[in-house]
Amino acid sequence: MPKDGGIGASTKRREDVRFLTGKGKYTDDININNQTYVYFLRSDVAHGTLNNVDTSAAEGMPGVIRVFTGKDFEGIGGLPCGWQVTDRHGEPMQEPPHPVLAQGKVRHVGDPIAAVVAESLEQARDAAEAIDVDITDLPAVIDMKAAVQDGAPKVHDDLTSNLCYDWGFVEDNRQAVDDAIKSAHHVTTLELKNNRLVANPMEPRVAVGDFNDATGDHTLYTTSQNPHVIRLLMGAFVLGIPEHKLRVVAPDVGGGFGTKIFHYAEEAFCTFAAKEIRRPVKWTCSRSEAFISDAHGRDHVTKIELAMDAEGNFTALRTETYANMGAYLSTFAPSVPTWLHGTLMAGNYKTPLIYVNVKAVFTNTVPVDAYRGAGRPEATFQLERVIDKAAREIGMDPIELRRKNFITEFPYATPVAVEYDTGNYNATMDKLIEVADFAGFEARAAESKARGKLRGLGVNCYIEACGIAPSNLVGQLGARAGLYESATVRVNATGSISVMTGSHSHGQGHETAFPQVVADMIGIDASQVEIVHGDTANTPMGMGTYGSRSLAVGGSAMVRATEKIIAKAKKIAAHLMEASEGDIELKDGAFTVAGTDKSVAWGDVTLAAYVPHNYPLEEIEPGLEETAFYDPSNFTYPSGAYSCEVEVDPDTGKVEVLAFAAADDFGNVVNPMIVEGQVHGGIAQGIGQAMLENCAYDDDGQLLSGSYMDYAMPRAADLPNFVVDHSCQTPCTHNPLGVKGCGEAGAIGSPPALVNAVCDALQRAGKDVKHIDMPLSPSRVWAAMNG
Amino acid sequence: MATVTMTVNGKSRTGEAEGRTLLVSFLREELGLTGTHVGCDTSQCGACVVHVNGEAVKACTMFAQEADGAEVSTIEGQANADGSLNTIQQAFQDHHGLQCGFCTPGMVMSAAALLKDNPKPTEQEVRNYLQGNICRCTGYHNIVKAIMAASGQDVSAIAAE
Amino acid sequence: MYSFDFEKPSTIDEAVAALSSEGAQALGGGQTLIPTLKQRLNAPEKLVSLTGIAEMKGVSSDGGTMKIGGGTTHGTVAKEAKGSFAGLAKLASLIGDPAVRNRGTIGGSLANNDPAACYPSACMATGATIRTNTREIAAGDFFDGLFTTALEEGEIIVGVDFPVPQASDYQKFEQPASRFPLVGVFVAKYGDRVGVGVTGAGEDGVFRWAEAEEALAGNFSPDAVAGLSHSADGLISDLHGTAEYRAHLIGVLTKRAVAAAS
Repeated sequence: MPKDGGIGASTKRREDVRFLTGKGKYTDDININNQTYVYFLRSDVAHGTLNNVDTSAAEGMPGVIRVFTGKDFEGIGGLPCGWQVTDRHGEPMQEPPHPVLAQGKVRHVGDPIAAVVAESLEQARDAAEAIDVDITDLPAVIDMKAAVQDGAPKVHDDLTSNLCYDWGFVEDNRQAVDDAIKSAHHVTTLELKNNRLVANPMEPRVAVGDFNDATGDHTLYTTSQNPHVIRLLMGAFVLGIPEHKLRVVAPDVGGGFGTKIFHYAEEAFCTFAAKEIRRPVKWTCSRSEAFISDAHGRDHVTKIELAMDAEGNFTALRTETYANMGAYLSTFAPSVPTWLHGTLMAGNYKTPLIYVNVKAVFTNTVPVDAYRGAGRPEATFQLERVIDKAAREIGMDPIELRRKNFITEFPYATPVAVEYDTGNYNATMDKLIEVADFAGFEARAAESKARGKLRGLGVNCYIEACGIAPSNLVGQLGARAGLYESATVRVNATGSISVMTGSHSHGQGHETAFPQVVADMIGIDASQVEIVHGDTANTPMGMGTYGSRSLAVGGSAMVRATEKIIAKAKKIAAHLMEASEGDIELKDGAFTVAGTDKSVAWGDVTLAAYVPHNYPLEEIEPGLEETAFYDPSNFTYPSGAYSCEVEVDPDTGKVEVLAFAAADDFGNVVNPMIVEGQVHGGIAQGIGQAMLENCAYDDDGQLLSGSYMDYAMPRAADLPNFVVDHSCQTPCTHNPLGVKGCGEAGAIGSPPALVNAVCDALQRAGKDVKHIDMPLSPSRVWAAMNG
Repeated sequence: MATVTMTVNGKSRTGEAEGRTLLVSFLREELGLTGTHVGCDTSQCGACVVHVNGEAVKACTMFAQEADGAEVSTIEGQANADGSLNTIQQAFQDHHGLQCGFCTPGMVMSAAALLKDNPKPTEQEVRNYLQGNICRCTGYHNIVKAIMAASGQDVSAIAAE
Repeated sequence: MYSFDFEKPSTIDEAVAALSSEGAQALGGGQTLIPTLKQRLNAPEKLVSLTGIAEMKGVSSDGGTMKIGGGTTHGTVAKEAKGSFAGLAKLASLIGDPAVRNRGTIGGSLANNDPAACYPSACMATGATIRTNTREIAAGDFFDGLFTTALEEGEIIVGVDFPVPQASDYQKFEQPASRFPLVGVFVAKYGDRVGVGVTGAGEDGVFRWAEAEEALAGNFSPDAVAGLSHSADGLISDLHGTAEYRAHLIGVLTKRAVAAAS
């Protein structure tokens, strides 16, 4: 039984109190004296030549302070891309400029053309309507395969084509994989789409720029998952502001899911304009605007082929994917379909030969980048779908086929360049079968049938690479940043502790879980530990929160800093007790000398550090504050097995999700309650992708699902209760907490279970339906049944 | 501009509102009550739910002038008199019914409206009632559980412990 | 939103007077109009709120007629109609969500005539009468294509009179995003006839399915419509369903409504 507030305890979240009483401080709650408001005039056509933007009428409108256009940003950097992918011929990807405001052309519906800064938002919007924009429409490229045909209209005139890169991985295996597939006993082929999604954190993005012309200090308040990354990208690449003159604050942030990682034009604009007009500039995104300005997710078109021998052993895997980049390269876009996708194609299986080809394509759509899972859901979906199809083709139980091919010995080096440190895939599958009550399925199916409904059971496994990431490795792969994390542990004189972390909490509960770790290490009450995050002015340089990395990387940095604290405190304790440092032990908040009854409390040691009257000043400095940067030596590899039970209404094609179970291996767990909550949310987003969500464009590049009227968000009544289990634990071997990360698992692992379940239901009813593309809307399921 | 007076969380509050000023803008900008949030512009997400004359409404889909003279309750007025969390708020914390906290004020206000009309709802009734409150973080499991628990019902049967 | 003046009269006469000025527009519960205003798709000079008019609120029964004030919210209709007019109560209870039902009104919904609104199907199936400040309009004459009605400028829906059927039901098949009906079917059975109103499906808005009405008039059972299929001609095709799918749903939902009502 873990100590309350210690590692392993389901400690209630302290941050909840402010959120439950309306006392949270989100970016839109920040208002600065004398602030102005900006409204962005955005393109309503997908592709066009921007001949002229006449702002003269708008400038004279009531309340207007200034109207900005692309011309104001000439000579200023564009939005940078943080990852350079090298194609399979050894050439760098094509990397077009991404201006803050459109210059020369507009390239997607929502591309910002002009920005009106006014005394009120409505005045800014009134004036924006008076801007005369002269655009010559150009044909839009929306379909990826059409976009890479010869003669297709080019999104960027200066590029050779719309192909950003043609990536092969592992390129040296290409021929061997082709040969193995040609000579295989059986090959299962599946063509599928991974539907484009919009992340939709409930808090829309907001940015408030402020400039102090007496000090030259810039401040940006923004809805970001990683304020330091924004400071770095915007300061160094866009506006040329040195870090010490640029403070970025991400206060309470209402969800991110990836889409608040990236550096956006609006952030740069507000920072820039605040200096230009010498007044604060605030931008609050409306939800409709978010649909055309937040980076989207997924959007892959894939063909996957799985080769097997006569016994069902996987012998080779080949996959070819077209990945949509949208009109510009968002901050980490190139890495998503490559290094976060190709490296996961082994899944949980010992397939010896794998070749992944990815063609990243520019289209006249909103930029696409990481969304919860980022590349790993796309890998998991195609792999787990093709295995399910293969099992049916060769007449083997889908679970047996998986078990037959499971990796069972660790560490395991995959043919796609990663080394899994630990895992136990049979254990999570066994646990799933138990908690989801597979034994009772046939009876439940019979009961459904008696009511005229078709019940199906879908199962799949997943693995993900989290704890992003070893800097030297990602540097070789094209990352233009390090991916370490930092923590400063500041022990106050009376023994309470402030931990300044570069991680950022936007729902993950760091303010509760991180103190559990420090309190546990020292043996004090967790209430004595406070987490400070989200402000570059008072936290060490960190890379933020995404990729299920906060505890695995940020937590590890905090552990390392706390270890330094303990080491120093032991020296002080040794001095106070006139004992040898090597004999000092720390337990339950007290230092003791081994084999004696001598003891000194934590608070006495910390006080001595700040009131160093009786103190080894010749050996150590006063004070008790340490910083650590932690760079992981490997990714972490959470894994698990998921199942879903659905009921299909044969009259309408409507699918009801009746049950969803998850058996995850996250290694060690600090706060089980929070971990379960993370899995719930991930599963809900996975079910959303599989059943409801669909970001769709028409052929002219108009967004068809541009609001909640057409983009289907999961509601409470769409979802079942979830059965989640994380009792299978193979701790990570290379970080001090043995944790693997849990934030993305649900979103990565769940979509194939849904599609497998619906296909199972239809096949049990005698329908020859091998695949339906997500989302499995009633109309699509009905069409598949009657096709 | 019109002068609008309403009783907000038990106190009479007066402010200025244009015809087009929404109740949510009035609360956030004129009265400084920023606990009520705006998450969409199509009246669907429910982050802005408050009570007007005892009924749950979307403060983003009602003009401030419509609430002239009304009794308005917001998330800021939900805690007990001593500042401690009320039963619903406490259940949300106990059952981890929130993550990022952005939808939470609307969820709590909707839950309060539900339990006033239906003190012992079934799980399905809770889920149906939340049709107009979108949460992107929790998958609703723990929200439903928290509301059931706040109604005094045994939630041990709801999975995932 | 564009700027506009706001008035909140307390009688119908005051409202009519307020609406007589150029560019004035009536505001019901605002649950559809306000989102439209936010998108700046509508630019009234003045909004005249009808929510303060007591005489336009409430549900009463008069012989075989249920009279509903134009300013009555969906939530009130769901409660008040429950015992005597189950189909209408169910329809009202499924509109939007609880907070929307506390503001949105039947008059506002009918005046807007969204092709996927729920109430028009009930009006058509029952042969309801829409009462305005100047006249009475039969439902069949009231709906006039997408977002268009027989209402004149400044004319207010003060109430709707529904002949209460012997049996009724509403089947709503939700569009997954908006949760408006992808198709909604209202079936109302009377001594001498059956009405079937279909919403969400028609390119020209709500309509009656005459073939089903005929079949059901002689035999009010699901079997009577089992063999019928609605044509896809003139039905909506969009992201959420083809015309063929909507046509299919009309058949399924009609059958289910009859089963639930019988």
